[in-house]
Amino acid sequence: MSHSVALERVTMAFGETRAVDDVSFTVEPGEFFSILGPSGCGKTTILRMVAGFLAPSAGRVLIGERDMAGLGPNQRPTAMIFQSLALFPLMPVWENIAFGLEARGVSKEKRRRRAEELLDLIALSGYGERKISELSGGQKQRVAIARALAVEPQVLLLDEPLSALDLKLRQHMRAELRTIQKRTGVTFLYITHDQSEALAMSDRVAVMSAGVLQQVAAPRTLYDEPATPFVATFVGETNAVPGRVVAIENGEAALDTAHGRFTARAGAGLAAGAEATLYVRPEALTLARQGATAGEGAGPNVLAARAERLDFEGAFGLLHGATADGARLLAALPSTTLGGAPAPGAEIAFSFSTRDAIALPGHAQARPEEEP
Amino acid sequence: MSALTGRFGPGLAGLFLVLVGFWLAGLVLAPNLMMIDFALRPNLLPADVGGPLDTYSLDNLAYLAGEPVHREIFLKTVWASALVTIATFVVCYPLAFWLAQTASPSAASLVVLALVIPFWINEVLRTLAWYILLAFRGPLNAFLMNLGILDEPMRWYGDGGVLAGMVYAYILFMLFPIYNSIESLEKAQIEAARDLGAATWRIHLRIVIPHAKAGIATGCVFTFMLAAGSYVAPALLGAPGSRWFTQIIYNWFFEGGDWNRGAAYALVLLVLCLAVVLITLRVFRVSLTDVAK
Amino acid sequence: MTSAVALPPSPAMPARTPLASRAAAAIPKILFWIYVLAFFVYLFAPLVVMSAAAFNTSRFPTVTPWLGTTTDWFAQMVDDAAMWRALWTSAIVALGVVAIAVPVGTAAALVLTSLHARAKSVLYALMVSPLLTPGVVIGIATLVLWRQIGVGGGLLLIVLAQASFISAYVMLMVAARLQRFDRTLEEAALGLGASKLMVFRRVLLPFLKPALLAAALLATLQSIENYNTTLFVRGFETPLTVYIATKVRTGLTPAVNALALVMIAITIAGALAWEIARRLEARRSAASSS
Repeated sequence: MSHSVALERVTMAFGETRAVDDVSFTVEPGEFFSILGPSGCGKTTILRMVAGFLAPSAGRVLIGERDMAGLGPNQRPTAMIFQSLALFPLMPVWENIAFGLEARGVSKEKRRRRAEELLDLIALSGYGERKISELSGGQKQRVAIARALAVEPQVLLLDEPLSALDLKLRQHMRAELRTIQKRTGVTFLYITHDQSEALAMSDRVAVMSAGVLQQVAAPRTLYDEPATPFVATFVGETNAVPGRVVAIENGEAALDTAHGRFTARAGAGLAAGAEATLYVRPEALTLARQGATAGEGAGPNVLAARAERLDFEGAFGLLHGATADGARLLAALPSTTLGGAPAPGAEIAFSFSTRDAIALPGHAQARPEEEP
Repeated sequence: MSALTGRFGPGLAGLFLVLVGFWLAGLVLAPNLMMIDFALRPNLLPADVGGPLDTYSLDNLAYLAGEPVHREIFLKTVWASALVTIATFVVCYPLAFWLAQTASPSAASLVVLALVIPFWINEVLRTLAWYILLAFRGPLNAFLMNLGILDEPMRWYGDGGVLAGMVYAYILFMLFPIYNSIESLEKAQIEAARDLGAATWRIHLRIVIPHAKAGIATGCVFTFMLAAGSYVAPALLGAPGSRWFTQIIYNWFFEGGDWNRGAAYALVLLVLCLAVVLITLRVFRVSLTDVAK
Repeated sequence: MTSAVALPPSPAMPARTPLASRAAAAIPKILFWIYVLAFFVYLFAPLVVMSAAAFNTSRFPTVTPWLGTTTDWFAQMVDDAAMWRALWTSAIVALGVVAIAVPVGTAAALVLTSLHARAKSVLYALMVSPLLTPGVVIGIATLVLWRQIGVGGGLLLIVLAQASFISAYVMLMVAARLQRFDRTLEEAALGLGASKLMVFRRVLLPFLKPALLAAALLATLQSIENYNTTLFVRGFETPLTVYIATKVRTGLTPAVNALALVMIAITIAGALAWEIARRLEARRSAASSS
């Protein structure tokens, strides 16, 4: 039975700066849980507090409902996979895998046998005597996983372990990690700045920004119902239209913007009369008849723009546009509908349904820079 | 200290601290402090130790200042050590530059290996080799007479012999620091300077030497310290009458029987060397971390 | 076209005929090679002369005149009981120095890494100060301290005096290697349940091993070849360097040259082995980092 992980009002301050600010969440036993955020958002600090390399300035970390305060990393039921993997270069592969067992005083014979089993599991049988330097990137990755699993941890902590791999291997390892997690049933706490990684693998994702927890939700919910402007802009592509709330009714909000009045689902904390921003995904925009206005059969929301560039990407064409006041718009149009694509410079209009747009309080911040 | 216990645990951290404490307190600080204590007390009969005569004074240091022979030997040791340092620098710099900038990697590693060999051979043997070479009826005189440069053998033992033997003994303490620091100079900088029309001497004066100053300072500091503290080379290669400061110190301990005066002289030597180190580092604006590498 | 600033002719390109300028360009090169030649003659001539003198029948070690070739001096050296005693003394001292300096220097390097800037630079200065202290001063300071406690010159003081500066060499070598250590390896081991002692023994110590072996070798050589410090604290002991130096006064024969030749041969072999090991290591680390 694997353990849950709970953070209760955890804060980590380094001098004046709060790397982690009053964060609480619970990871269910056996869950694949990711923490997603740009670099410096505090996600690695959280992982290191769970692992026991850092002690929180305030708050509690619980694993399996037990308070971890005062327990060092070698006393916790966790194992960590490091970004650099941190394989021991001077030990052969099998000793790396069996290191945790050696620490627990398991006899050499048993260690050897267990290492062989794990080598089987990661499809590297016969590699036991190899040096770490002789392995490829993907093989090292698998040895790091086997080394962590060998100690039968209740919680596996993963610190961007795939970031060093090339794209193809990364996608392969995603599937492999997911399979291993399902098979072993171990709770995974996974740190990444790569949203597609987080969305593809996780049961639930916590999004962090500047030390503050923004939202904890299943990937789909995160995408469709972002709780904060940061989540709306950080997870996936989106178009933001700032405005002011005119009315809220039946969970739908009407906003007055520079481009007219729009309706959208009302996000949490929205109040009539307050500043708000409407977010709509590129794939939720459709091309309306040119010169159309609201109520002319184009749906409730129509946004006038000028076409700038069309990037054909196979299944989709990405239409870049700009509104009259210069704000950028992006629409992902299915290739099948691209027959009469507008020429650059053409006056166009996008329409979208109320259901596909969400209004959140405050004005949008600039989209954070993608990490390389 | 908490970082140390945090990393190694109290047991190991404690052991490390005990070892370091033993070294620095027991083997470095305490002996030097005791030497200072010795230097400031008079040389007394065992019965008088701790008695009314046993007071601190600068008498032993004043004795060095007042005794003309010793004072002259001290001053000679200082300037001769400076001369050795300069001579060693002049001998080493071109080779260090060539090794670091011009030589092909394989040639450089071969030359380095050839340089390392005499370095590993101890100072007594190296000096002994010069003792044999410079003997009155020795090979150097024979060689020069054969070439017709000399009509009759020369007495090499003396200041010239000491200089040759010391430069020889400390060449590598000068060469390697300079070599290491010139090696880190980008070749493109020299090419750029040449491209801008700078003469060779100007390139060295304005580009190479400023870049290599940490290495040069290191080499000079070590060479001076070793030369001033040298014992074998002046003993073997010096003229019978002339002495080095270390020989006087030795005499106070093992022939004159006045350890306090000997300790005072040793203290003067120590202060001299530390002063040279600190002044050189200040002048060259080099930190101690760059020196000991 | 005239430029506003009249540039003086560049000194790098004097106006000469091609042939003359080529000859002029060759002169610095020739001078440089003469210098290199002189440098290496200076470096090796004394050693060659000293080694060759071991084979000359002359009673005083020299190569001129060459009175005849013999290997008798080697036999005499082997029969010299005092020489063997001196060698034995040096070996015991070296053993003692390694036993102190390697653990002390290693501990010092590890303590340094866990300190912060200010304390670190003070401690570092104190640790390297024995390297900047003349050897005779180290010997004298040790001698006067221990006389107060009633211990005179002898094996113990030789070992302690030498260890006081050889520890600094060890510290520098270990610290250099420690700089390349990846601390996450320690965290990984801790995270897998290892105790701090086990992390040290299984992760850090194996990483330091090459530096520790090199430091032990260096400490041995430094100890055996030390003269200045040893001279003051030796008491009635006669290590090898002291023995050789005394021979000069008490009657130098080519038997000393024979000994020198053997020592040179050993050091050359040692230097070569060291160099080969260093290059193998460099190649291996280059291979594993790629």
